[in-house]
Formats: sequence, C-alpha cells, structure tokens
Amino acid sequence: MTQTNEDLLDDDLIEHAPVKEELRRRLVKGPDGVEFEVEPLRDYYCEAPPTVMPAAYSKIIEGLFNWARAESLWILGFGTGCGAIEMRPLMTPRFDAYRYGIQWRPTPRQSNLFVISGYLSVKTLKRVIRSYEQMPNPKYVVGLGSCTINGGMYFDSYNTITRLDEYLPVDVYITGCMPRPEALLAGFEELKRIVRAGKGEGANQYAERFDWYKANQKRVIHDWDMPDYNW
Amino acid sequence: MSFEWIKIPYALLTLFIVANYGFLLTAVMAKIAARVGRRHGIPVWQNYLDLIKNYGLRSSITHGVMFYMGPVFRLTGGVGLLMFVPTLYGTEMFSNMSFAGDLILALYFVFFGSLGMALGAGESGHPYSAIGVTRGLSQVTAAELPFALAVYAVAVQYQTLSVTEIVAAQQGGILQWTLFTNPIAVAAAMLSFLGTMMRPPFDVVLAPQEIPIGPPTEYHSSYLALMQTNRAIFPIAKIVIYMNLFFGGAASWPAFFLKVFLIYLVSVIVGVVFPRFRVEQSIRWFLIWAVPLGVIAIMIA
Amino acid sequence: MLRELYEQLKGRFPLGELSEKRPDLAFITLPREQLRPVLLHLRDQEGFTHLVLLTAVDWIEDDRFQLTYLLHDRQGARDIGLRVMLSRQAVIEGAPMESIHDLWPTAATYQRELREMFGIDFPDSPGVNEDFILEGWREIPPYRRDFDTLKYSNETFAPRPGRESQDPAQHMKAQLYPDGA
Ligand code: SF4
Repeated sequence: MTQTNEDLLDDDLIEHAPVKEELRRRLVKGPDGVEFEVEPLRDYYCEAPPTVMPAAYSKIIEGLFNWARAESLWILGFGTGCGAIEMRPLMTPRFDAYRYGIQWRPTPRQSNLFVISGYLSVKTLKRVIRSYEQMPNPKYVVGLGSCTINGGMYFDSYNTITRLDEYLPVDVYITGCMPRPEALLAGFEELKRIVRAGKGEGANQYAERFDWYKANQKRVIHDWDMPDYNW
Repeated sequence: MSFEWIKIPYALLTLFIVANYGFLLTAVMAKIAARVGRRHGIPVWQNYLDLIKNYGLRSSITHGVMFYMGPVFRLTGGVGLLMFVPTLYGTEMFSNMSFAGDLILALYFVFFGSLGMALGAGESGHPYSAIGVTRGLSQVTAAELPFALAVYAVAVQYQTLSVTEIVAAQQGGILQWTLFTNPIAVAAAMLSFLGTMMRPPFDVVLAPQEIPIGPPTEYHSSYLALMQTNRAIFPIAKIVIYMNLFFGGAASWPAFFLKVFLIYLVSVIVGVVFPRFRVEQSIRWFLIWAVPLGVIAIMIA
Repeated sequence: MLRELYEQLKGRFPLGELSEKRPDLAFITLPREQLRPVLLHLRDQEGFTHLVLLTAVDWIEDDRFQLTYLLHDRQGARDIGLRVMLSRQAVIEGAPMESIHDLWPTAATYQRELREMFGIDFPDSPGVNEDFILEGWREIPPYRRDFDTLKYSNETFAPRPGRESQDPAQHMKAQLYPDGA
C-alpha cells in the first residue's frame, strides 16, 4: 500500500493524485437548513480491508456448500472487451447455459462469478476492481481470451493491461481470440470442478495478499480516487 | 372457539409442503417457459441449489435494521397469507388459522410483503432500489385494485367474509364455482393475477435482465435466500386464495397440486406470449381493462 | 462531380490541391484561415450538413499534424474532407487551434479527444480539458508517433514472460511451405 486514504485527502497530496471535486470533503446544507460536513470517501464506502473468511466448521457442510456453489454460478453482467459478445449466445437456445445452473445477475452483490471478457483497459480495470470487491465472499474470476492472459493482440497497447492475475486472483483462463461459446462452457465445467474440490478460494487469496494486489493496481491506475477497499 | 395447539404443527407441515412445492413449481414453470423458447431451461432442483449457495456465502453486510427486516417482512407476507386461508377445504389438519373475517386479513397480507420490501430496499440506499420500489409499488397497487374489487364482489355475492364459507358455498359440482356464478369478478381478478405474479408481461420491476434489478439490488447471501424462499411460497399462497375464492377450493392434496399448477400455468402462458410492458403501460392497462370489470362485478352483485 | 464543386470553391477561396478518391469522395487541402469560411459555405450553401468526423494524423517526418474534417451531404450522397496542416513543433509548444463547436456541437467531443490523444489544444471548445478516455494519464499524448507504446506497455503492465511474436507473413510462409518452396 503506497498511500492510505488519509494521505489521499491531505491537501498537499491532492496535486499528485487529484481527487475529483465531488469526492472532496465539503460542507453541505441540508433541506432543513442544518449544515454538515460530508466526506464522500469516508461516508459512502465501507473501507475495512477484506479478511480471510474461514470455511464452514464441518467438512460435510462445506462440501455441500461447495457443491451448491459449483452448480449455481451467477455471473456478474459486466462485459469488458470483445468477449462480452460471446456471452450472449450462451443465454440463447443454441447454447443455453442456464441448464448448467449458470445465470446472469445485474448486481455484484448477487453474483459470485466475474467473467473478465477480454481486454481490460485501465479505466475499466478501476470499475472491475470496485465491482469485484463488492461481490460476496466465495467469488471466482474467469479470464476470457488471450487478452487477459498475456495481452493478446493488445500486448503493446498503452492502456490495456496484459496480465489479469496481477490485479485479481484468477481461477480459470479460457484461451482463444475469441473463445467460442463451447470453450466457455468447457471453462465453466472446469471451474465447477475446481470449486467442487474446494479450491476456489480466490477471495481469501485476495484478502491474504491484499497489499500486493493493491500495489499492482495502483501502479497502473494513476488517478486512484476511491478508498482502498469498497465493500 | 378455543385455540387448539395442534394447529401449529399442522400449519408448519402445510408450510413445508407448500414451500417445497413452490420451489419445484417455479422451476418447472421456468422450464416450461424455456421450452417455449426451445431451450432446456434450468434443472428442476436448481432453486434448491441456489438457496444453499446463497446461505453458504460467507460474507454479508447490512445497511441497517430495516435492511434486515425487509426480507423478513416479505416472508411474513407470504407465510401469513398462507396461514390464514384454508389450504385444503374440509380437513381439520390443513385449514390452518382460518377464521371468520380472514378475507380482509388475507388482502392485507398480499400487500404487506411489498411494503416491507419497500422499507428494506429504501434502507439499502441504492438508487436502483429506490427506482425499483417506486415502480413496483405503483404497478402492484394498480394490479391489486381489480383484485380487491373482485373480492368484494365475491364477498357480497356470498354474504360472508370468511374464506372457508365461500369455499363451502362453491361445493357440489363445477358449476357452483364462482368462475361460473360470477364470471366478471373472476375475469377482473385473473387480470390482476397476471399483474401480481411478477412474470412477463408485467415483470419489469424484478426482471434480472433489466439493468436495475429493482428492490433487491443490494440484497445478497442469506437475505436473498430468504427472499427466494418467499418467491416460492408467495405465489402459491396467492394462488390458494384464488383457488378458494374462484375455483372451488381443493379438498385433497392432489386436487390442490393440480389446481395450483393450472392457475400458475395461466400466467406462464400469457407470459411467454407477450413482451414486457413498461410500468406506465401496465398501469394504464390495468386501469382501462381490469378495473372497469371489477366495478361491473360489484355493481352486478 | 466534386471537381466542379472544387472549381467553384476555388473561385471564392484560396484553396490547396484536390485529391479525388471516389466519384463521391474527395479531399481538399486548405490553409488554416480558410477553414471556417469554407466549412460555413459548405454547410449552408452546398448541403454538407453532417460532420462525419474530425480526426488527426501525425506526419512526424514532415513535422506536421494534419486535421481532417469530413463532411457529408445527405441529399447529394457525397462526402468531402477538408485537410488543414498544422506545424507539429508549434502544436507541441502549445499553439492553439480554432474550435468549430459552434458550427457542429459534436465537434466538441472530437476536439476533446484530439486534445487528449494528440495534445492539440482547442482552447474555446467546451470541456476540452476534461479526461476523455484516459484517466490520470502522465506521459505525452499516446497517439503521437514518438510515443513508444510497446515500451510503455512493457514497463507498466508486467508482461507475462514466454510470449513470442511472429511476423505473420514469415510465420505463415514457414507453416505452409516448410521446405521453402
Ligand atoms: S482476446 Fe481477442 S477477442 Fe478477446 S478481447 Fe482480446 S482481442 Fe478481443
């Protein structure tokens, strides 16, 4: 962690990391005429760092949970690159992913699988991190396409990251440019195997190596104008 | 009439049966809708998996007391509705807590869940929740109106406010059903039924494909699981009321399952055929088509 | 067709050369002072009511930035592009360019992009200094040809070791004709 939230708000640092106007500390006058101070970064987010969440005490129960988690993958509907287009056929009669217990949810709070569908620009990475951190604990990340693996055809681009696992813990990569829906289904099956074996612990890994991930993220996101952890 | 304690385990048994039936039935209905689109659809046990998964999520956060209470109220609405109407007519075991004026109470419970949801979702502070709640409440209100009118028409027709007595009056052949003795009221109520089942064409409030999923935007893990349970119980409970009021009730579990299935199927069939209405469209639709029917039903009765 | 238009225009404005690409597409190079009058004339008299795009080319060898204003005439189904050459050195030192957002409001967006990607400044254009696509960019504008994207990417984005790149032509040749025939 290079800067804490505290430093970010220090006035002399604002020049280096400009905090957007609407995120600065300011006085607000309520409708009843009372003035109060608002500090958006502190008031609107819960910024406690993530903790490692233990599995259920009993092996059997954890096994049951893992089985249910594997069979009920809810994907966050967030398309980042070309790959988002390959997710649509999965919902339609031809490939019909619903029969494998895969669903798309519109809000990060209800999803447990984040499919990074292709190249990830730095600007999108910021939103991806925020969404990822809002998902509830056992959560999985699938990297789709060569862009997430080694940059793909955007390996020399000035604003797309080249390696997803530097920034988020990735469970499964699906190769191809673009992977066909069949490949996606195979990838989801692979993910199910991992989850069922109890190895889908990306969220805990993220919590354990939080500082490392944050440092990597901050190295590429220059205008970091959010708390370190948004939950 | 003294209260018999044995009613409580009986009621819990009813609840258990209905909840499981609800889980399976919603999955089967999803499958039917999927088959219409030439998909395989979800496995029938998918609801159970989702439920276990959601209970199994390790982290959950809250936005305050009302955030907790939202799903609880919601579930209370569903369970309460079920408890205060006789599930099976004529059996001591499954008549639950029905009593003389239960019709009004049932109507109240139909609305109770939505209000609780509104409070809880409001507390979550997410703008999409607020949008969803306003849209949901306005649509549900418009949809409940014809139902309320139809219920009063039926109450006037049978001169009673007790669901049990209404069912009793409908025994003795299919032609005794309200469906045939008071078709206009039933028509109004069925239109309203389409609106409150949260299936297309009136599901814009909750449809997961809509960008703001609506009231439950912020709900996750156990909260969501609680709401899922309610999503299984509530439609069945509502259908039970319809069945009792308009379709002669049910005297045994097989008859119950069959009738509930068929009534549910009505909304599914309508749902797969029609595209989704926007909120203001559906409100207008209810006010133009369903409410006048209800008014006519009352005037005739 | 467009040649006629060019001849007509030439009678009124001092223009540079014409380059015809298709019967319905041609580009005219013109001095910077003539840009606004010609745009106005084309828009109001000749029916070129639609600004298709405004973009730039970095001719680093000639020390020039070329701005291209592409206009479309719906009625006549023809396009015309106006090219304006700016001195690259002057632009880098901060020389401003006139904004045309009062002729087409959409131009403001293009100008914001040019400002961010090439560093061409349009001081009058609304919101031109806000971030457009990049957030928190610290280097020279990335579309300038003296910006080495590969080097930047390698230094910033932790490339995965083991990746190799091939020249597609060579690679396919080796694949298809292994014995070099
Ligand atoms: S891997 Fe190919 S298809 Fe996928 S995002 Fe990259 S360029 Fe697009």
